[in-house]
Amino acid sequence: MAEQNQYPQLTGAEILWATLVGEGITTVFGYPGGAILPIYDALRKFPIHHVLVRHEQGASHMADGYARASGQVGVCMATSGPGATNLVTGIATAMLDSIPIVCITGQVSSKVLGSDAFQEVDITGITLPITKHNFLVTRAEDIAATVRKAFQVARSGRPGPVLVDITKDAQQAMAAFSFEAAEPAPARPHPMLKTETNAFTDAIELIRAAKRPVILAGHGIVESGAREQVIAFAEKLQVPVASTLLGLGAFPTYHPLSLGMMGMHGESWVNESIQQSDLLLAFGMRFDDRVTGNLALYAPNAKKIHIDIDPSEVNKNVKVNVALIGDLKKVLDALLPMLGDSPVAEDTWDRANEKSYGEPPTEWLREIDAMKGTASVRDIINLPDNGHLYAAHVINDIWREALDAGRLAQTVIVTDVGQHQMWEAQYYKHDAPRSLITSGGLGTMGFALPAAIGAKAACPEKDVWVIAGDGGFQMTASELSTIVQEGYAINIAVINNGFLGMVRQWQEAFYDKNYSASPILSPDFVMLAAAHGIDGATVSKRKDVTPTVTKARTSGKAFLINFQVEKEDGVYPMIAPGAALHEMVRRPTKDPLLETAEDE
Amino acid sequence: MLHTFVALVSDKPGVLTRVASLFRRLNINIVSLTVGESERADVSRMTIVCEAPEHAAHRIKASLYKLEITVNVDEVGRSEAVIRELCLIKVEAGPSHPLGQNSRSQIFELANVFRARVVDLAPESIMLEMTGAASKIEGLIQVITESGYNILEVSRTGRMAMRRGQHTSRVMKALGGPNGANDDAKLTSAEILPNEFDDVHEEEE
Ligand SMILES: Cc1ncc(C[n+]2csc(CCOP(=O)(O)OP(=O)(O)O)c2C)c(N)n1
Repeated sequence: MAEQNQYPQLTGAEILWATLVGEGITTVFGYPGGAILPIYDALRKFPIHHVLVRHEQGASHMADGYARASGQVGVCMATSGPGATNLVTGIATAMLDSIPIVCITGQVSSKVLGSDAFQEVDITGITLPITKHNFLVTRAEDIAATVRKAFQVARSGRPGPVLVDITKDAQQAMAAFSFEAAEPAPARPHPMLKTETNAFTDAIELIRAAKRPVILAGHGIVESGAREQVIAFAEKLQVPVASTLLGLGAFPTYHPLSLGMMGMHGESWVNESIQQSDLLLAFGMRFDDRVTGNLALYAPNAKKIHIDIDPSEVNKNVKVNVALIGDLKKVLDALLPMLGDSPVAEDTWDRANEKSYGEPPTEWLREIDAMKGTASVRDIINLPDNGHLYAAHVINDIWREALDAGRLAQTVIVTDVGQHQMWEAQYYKHDAPRSLITSGGLGTMGFALPAAIGAKAACPEKDVWVIAGDGGFQMTASELSTIVQEGYAINIAVINNGFLGMVRQWQEAFYDKNYSASPILSPDFVMLAAAHGIDGATVSKRKDVTPTVTKARTSGKAFLINFQVEKEDGVYPMIAPGAALHEMVRRPTKDPLLETAEDE
Repeated sequence: MLHTFVALVSDKPGVLTRVASLFRRLNINIVSLTVGESERADVSRMTIVCEAPEHAAHRIKASLYKLEITVNVDEVGRSEAVIRELCLIKVEAGPSHPLGQNSRSQIFELANVFRARVVDLAPESIMLEMTGAASKIEGLIQVITESGYNILEVSRTGRMAMRRGQHTSRVMKALGGPNGANDDAKLTSAEILPNEFDDVHEEEE
């Protein structure tokens, strides 16, 4: 107790901010209200920038976007009751994609907890299944240790969201503050986080025996920082790499071993090679139903090696032969030297020029090349301009423009959810990790605009693009005002097709074109932007895409482009629910020769 | 099949909700759950019996460990552990019963056979207390009913489990001893959880 006297006495509110400063936080996203007013009152004393959102859902998405762009923990805050419940969608979004965020909520005074006091809601109860952990703090002296623990939990192991609910009386009471004394005990590693040595031996055996291996690259590569190890592994054995949606950019797309995205809207040869593989190496991915198709028919001849940090993912969806549990980077560091001499000495990869020359070096890679078949002829990108504007064109041109301007490595794309999200994944070539921010697990419409604000706050030097549908954009469009208040130069591409496009596509394919509640009316987005003081333009011709994109990128201010695209366009290839991964609906083609000869 | 897990969790408010919520999320039905104090002041001990496919055990255990409040999880099988349940049974019996005074002595006899104890005697009822395996308790209830007696109330605790022999003490040793102090050398997790991924390897060939 005597020791306590040497520490300064602060209010609980001040302790919160001081702890956040200690954790390296410089920006928080939030919205004030009664039960969190003591915290807002103390804000001015601390070197932390507060971004005022327009809806608390925006705050949790911004913290999420901040974390995805920077790799650091994002922080958001809200008042009790409705403020706290508004955070929920963003918390669930972060949970499903394993994103580290810390959410601070104000709570009614501990004396009235449980009495249905004004704006009281049991937010720790509500968020229990969508947080990695949550805390209710009722005493000022517990705030520092709890918040530090929250950061540790959010960051450690498989990352995720943590919520700290602080009662108003705890914010107002005084307590001694010491950042050091509040340091949590080292994170408890998951007790099953260990790999038997014989698992390594088994893995090596399977790898040596494989003739048709495929690496499945997931988000874990980015979280673990294992990019170099994965590249080394792939190159050493000349293993092709297929990516999940959240794995895009984890392995460089320019690399000749990169196949592209797998799953429901993956290219045909990517899914085909997974189905024909004899060994799947799952690196930091979780065999989500969007990437496996019908589980009973998934990669029937392939042995499976699963490397993941979360033991509860092992054998969850797909039964695997060997599980190497642990941080991907560490596991690969242990595995790489055990691979011995590379069975494929030569590759045909000109590293200096980042180009491949000659035939792929293995039989398996040549087979995969052959699988590409007619895919590129069918691709809208390679078809002659027919005067229509397709979303694929827009996204391809946004990518090209950044590439040609030498800004590719400095560009972050934040997508919403729907058709445009899948086209983005298909047509924007992501070379760098954290260059694509998208809601994969929860598929949250309305994510893009606020998440982009978080990304811009984290990386002000980068070009940040929002790519959103006309539906999802309207869900959180109120955050346009936040962009202006913060002076952020964020570029916004609305892919406007007059429909909830992805819903319309499913209705076309599976509900007899009964377009129930999928046509959507929108305001004039350019005028909406103008009302906020944001410049904008409408584009409906292919030739205008690139110049307008350049104009937006170089304007130095926020800019909105309303792309008026083909209304009833579809995302292909597509795997219908219940179908096997290789049973794709290919891109439709007008060419009768292709239709009959090559299509299965 | 039935799985029995013994979970040591930190003794904090809301811990029971966290564990129960996990099973609800996994869509696994809890057959019984008992919670109480353990030999460590800050740790509660839960025995959770649930109905789930055989292969689900690994995931349940791994998911339990993911909860921040979990200290240790052990899945125990019937042969390696003592599994007990406590039951209170109130039976209608006494002078006004159709079988008259005989009713009491007959219940006493049945209780004797099953090693149940009479813990309360009222004019119209008898309360029995029985500890044992679930099947024994069910046996007693069945016999009482089949003998024509009316059971008024039954209260069962659900199963509690403890491994036979040294195992549990080894776990506690690894945790730092009964009082939280650091005893001797700590065991490695490999010693506590042998062959964790056996089920992963077993499938092929
Ligand atoms: C919050 C939320 N509500 C509903 C859905 C279901 N949903 C998925 S895609 C989609 C349509 C999206 O339409 P739009 O934003 O216009 O994008 P597009 O598909 O046309 O590119 C809907 C309604 C969702 N993912 N998220």
